[in-house]
Amino acid sequence: MRDIAIVAYQQTDSVSDVGAVNEVELIMPVLARTFEQAGLKSAQDVDFVCSGSCDYLQGAAFAFVAGVDALGAVPPIKESHVEMDAAWALYESILKIRMGHADSALIYGFGKSSPGELPIVLSQQLDPYYLAPLWIDSISLAALQARMMLDKGLISERDMAEVVSRSRRNAMNNPHAQLKGDVSPEDVLAQETYLSPLRKGDCSPVSDGACAMVIATVEQARAWGLPYAVITGIDHCIETHNLGMRDLTDSVSTRVAANRAGMNEGKVDVAELYAPFSHQEIILTRALGLDSGTEVNPSGGVLAGNLMMASGLSRVGEVFNRIVNGEAQRGIAHATSGPCLQHNLVTVLEKGEKA
Amino acid sequence: MSDEQDVITGIKAPVYLKYNFTAGAAPARFLAQIKKGVLTGQRCPKCSAVYAPPRGSCASCGVATEEEVVLSDKATVQSFTIVSIPIPGNPIDPPFVVANLIPDGANISLIHLLSECVNEEVHIGQRVQAVWKPESEWDYSMDNIRYFKPIDEPNVPFEKIGTLTASGWEG
Repeated sequence: MRDIAIVAYQQTDSVSDVGAVNEVELIMPVLARTFEQAGLKSAQDVDFVCSGSCDYLQGAAFAFVAGVDALGAVPPIKESHVEMDAAWALYESILKIRMGHADSALIYGFGKSSPGELPIVLSQQLDPYYLAPLWIDSISLAALQARMMLDKGLISERDMAEVVSRSRRNAMNNPHAQLKGDVSPEDVLAQETYLSPLRKGDCSPVSDGACAMVIATVEQARAWGLPYAVITGIDHCIETHNLGMRDLTDSVSTRVAANRAGMNEGKVDVAELYAPFSHQEIILTRALGLDSGTEVNPSGGVLAGNLMMASGLSRVGEVFNRIVNGEAQRGIAHATSGPCLQHNLVTVLEKGEKA
Repeated sequence: MSDEQDVITGIKAPVYLKYNFTAGAAPARFLAQIKKGVLTGQRCPKCSAVYAPPRGSCASCGVATEEEVVLSDKATVQSFTIVSIPIPGNPIDPPFVVANLIPDGANISLIHLLSECVNEEVHIGQRVQAVWKPESEWDYSMDNIRYFKPIDEPNVPFEKIGTLTASGWEG
């Protein structure tokens, strides 16, 4: 199997409303910075391009096609798209490279969630048959999950507040973070309940932004002479859409994906977990069996800024940055999709050997 | 299942989602000009192609189009179709002509209606001009132009379509 490495990663700031900027205008600057980091001129210099976005965020069919206008796709390029977080675009790109159809790939994700009512939009996005007619929004479903955790005595509200506090404090070192500050658990607990038992602080914010990444075979990365992190494993698993048939207090699919991606074959220095709600970070940490030897969400995670369709790829990018900076030898990145952590992807990254 | 029970084969689940749509920085500049009755495009800094309406980038080069260019409201038919089937929600009665039109001074086509024409005589390379609404009705909208109509100018040969300057045949 061909080893694959990440050589570049960039993201925009996470902002609550990017204003009068359309999607292509959102993507272009971050692509330009990614090309610069990778020493490439344009998308013509990679073998494959794959993007992740969701037309429901824009409220327009085939809105993702406008993203291609950022690529300079003349002469034609090999291009694909997933109506998912760009972490799954990374997955598709890795398959493409492993099959020998490409040696390098550009992956980008973008989301402008501010124009719509995100929790309502998400209630209609994924399951048009069973849940959509009920209009149960994403926050209400997460609140039910948190309530179940509390009632079973698996967590306390203070545990949740501690997650929020750590996110806000960690995010002070993240230049792209939207919510950051020296917030104590007591400060969080002093907030009034938003959607019981969740406080606003327990919920990730609505954010606009984009991110992009370049991956390549390790041989190609070495030929480019770039610092890199090796992707040693990636896998994803999904649970049923029927919430009543799932154990919402656990994340079985995350655990299976992590095992299959080889997470347990070495020490995990850092884990970036896509937990849109504070209690979900606890579910994920426990499902993965992470202990104090692993730093969880040093970026602040998505409680500090939740770029729909991009934050899953951002988790990978954050771990890449830490490995390349020498802060970690090995780490995992998690991405999620669907209500109450329905669909989960785990990527394992390691420091590459010196060229 | 009991024979007396009606079989449910479907339910109605209408979707209503509200969005606060923004056109984007480049289209917003275009719309601000068309509110004043001026058709503008934006030029790609790399390949010099002029887009009308601009969407933010040169799709060929993947770079932002910054320079604003004032265009003529005369245009050339690049391609067209005669719509004969009514489209739900569309107030226009068929048959009508929808065309890709390249305004003089631009290199990329915009889509608009052709009218005051014999549908069967519309052809590629045909010269047309905008028919504007009264100034009092101008808004941030492409609808400020009701439609384009044929004008008495020589056809543009196929290979020259999309190359005329803003001064048209005279340029």
